[in-house]
Amino acid sequence: MERVAVIGASMTRFGQRDAWVRELLAEAGAAALDDAGVDGDDLDHLYVSNMASGEFEGQTGVPNALAHDLAATPAYTARIDQTSSSGGAGVYAAWQSVASGASDLTMLVGGEKMTHRTTSEATDVIASLTHPVEYKHGVTLPSFAGLTARLYLDEYDAPRESLGKVAVKNHKNGVDNPHAQFRKEVDLDTVLDSPVVADPLRLYDFCPITDGSAALVFCPESVAEEYAPEGEYAVISGIGGATDTHVVHERADPTTMGGVVDSSEVAYEMADIGPDDVDVAELHDMFTILEFLQSEDLGFFEKGEGWKAVEEGVTDRDGGLPINTSGGLKSKGHPLGASGVAQVYEIYQQVTGNAGPRQVEADTGLACNVGGFGNCVTTAILEGSQ
Amino acid sequence: MSENTQTDEPTFEAAEYADGTVTYPPHTVSPNGAERVGTVDLAEYEARVVTWTTSTATPPGVREPNTLAIVEFDMGDGYDGPVVRALGQVEPREANADGEGADDAGDVDVDIGDRVEPVYADELREPGAGIREPESQEWDGFRFRPVE
Repeated sequence: MERVAVIGASMTRFGQRDAWVRELLAEAGAAALDDAGVDGDDLDHLYVSNMASGEFEGQTGVPNALAHDLAATPAYTARIDQTSSSGGAGVYAAWQSVASGASDLTMLVGGEKMTHRTTSEATDVIASLTHPVEYKHGVTLPSFAGLTARLYLDEYDAPRESLGKVAVKNHKNGVDNPHAQFRKEVDLDTVLDSPVVADPLRLYDFCPITDGSAALVFCPESVAEEYAPEGEYAVISGIGGATDTHVVHERADPTTMGGVVDSSEVAYEMADIGPDDVDVAELHDMFTILEFLQSEDLGFFEKGEGWKAVEEGVTDRDGGLPINTSGGLKSKGHPLGASGVAQVYEIYQQVTGNAGPRQVEADTGLACNVGGFGNCVTTAILEGSQ
Repeated sequence: MSENTQTDEPTFEAAEYADGTVTYPPHTVSPNGAERVGTVDLAEYEARVVTWTTSTATPPGVREPNTLAIVEFDMGDGYDGPVVRALGQVEPREANADGEGADDAGDVDVDIGDRVEPVYADELREPGAGIREPESQEWDGFRFRPVE
């Protein structure tokens, strides 16, 4: 199996954008081609990670549209939908296309256009992933977060403030990310005094609704230096994908995300490393509680101890294991199909030393992208090439 | 929810499988792959609250606020399979004989560990108000009401 390199990357500004999904995808795609120094017609495969362009704006067939817009025909195209983890699933598909030898040059573009919808409408589009017995009760992804946060705080004797500190940390990191939706620090009192959304969670415990796109270009590691000098590309040293139950209440332990556990075990084994070898991580903090769950289920911290790491500053940018140096979904924004791609974009910047003011010391980074409420997960490990 | 053909009472239908497992909702096979052999009416069982939340930002056609709970059923000593849980809306407490103790719809008094009983509702959410095709699923079901 070929080892796979990432030789180019881009992301648009995340936030409220005038552009529609086709335009967002083309903006990120063209920039990534330019970053890799290749043209559209060099691509063998072109994947688009997108959850719901049909539901949000009535535009389907987006991979075909993108291939045409970027003069990438006749590349093989496909849309990857795995709800909020569409981006991570797209990374998996792109990696697989090159690792298998089916493609010598693959581009992945993830994107979503959401902000033209009301919060209520956007929440319902996302909640449509739930089982009928959940949907009819009006469950939403934020309400799953509220249910889980209450149980976590109760089981592990964690203070409510520790969740707020995730938001404070990630907003602080987002200030230095020029692509982030929110580049503004928030203090703990502001988080704890914000309106209740799903008790005990409040407005600042949740990511915003976002438009945006991000892209990556992949090739075999054996030819990566034809496109980028050593040190300027990254290698996907491990990747794993896994699925948990569709019905959230059927999980044995509601505070454990089995898909995170299972996908990371595969990724660690492929990379021949363990959690202690990870220098920086991007986790799917769609809700603050998810950063605790993932940091534990990835093996960074013992079960029930993730909140202590945040309290002690371990996950700060200058801590022992920086988490969400990009600002995370919380500050950077969460354009569903783009988020998993943008997580790998940040890790790519970190391990190639191009993260600017967000740079930390990192040879190895990990991105964990979650769909639904842990229903589908992709974990990817990137290493620098120097 | 399915109708009980003998009594026409609505049932809170879970599936029972050949390996003794019970799941809600029913699936094609059990978590271990065993075939379905029957149904269990969870309306006959009490449950305890595992966790709960009150959602203040609800989607179209959903009551606001919407208090939800995950509950775990007491399936009795004869059952030794995995825990049986359900997620559902919480029904406000009814007033006692003196007309006291009732919850407001938006201020449901529930906590982790509370005992609850299933209470049938013929419409949990307005069909067609949200994105899901109204004919694609049922909209009645069981809420959970705290019991003393």
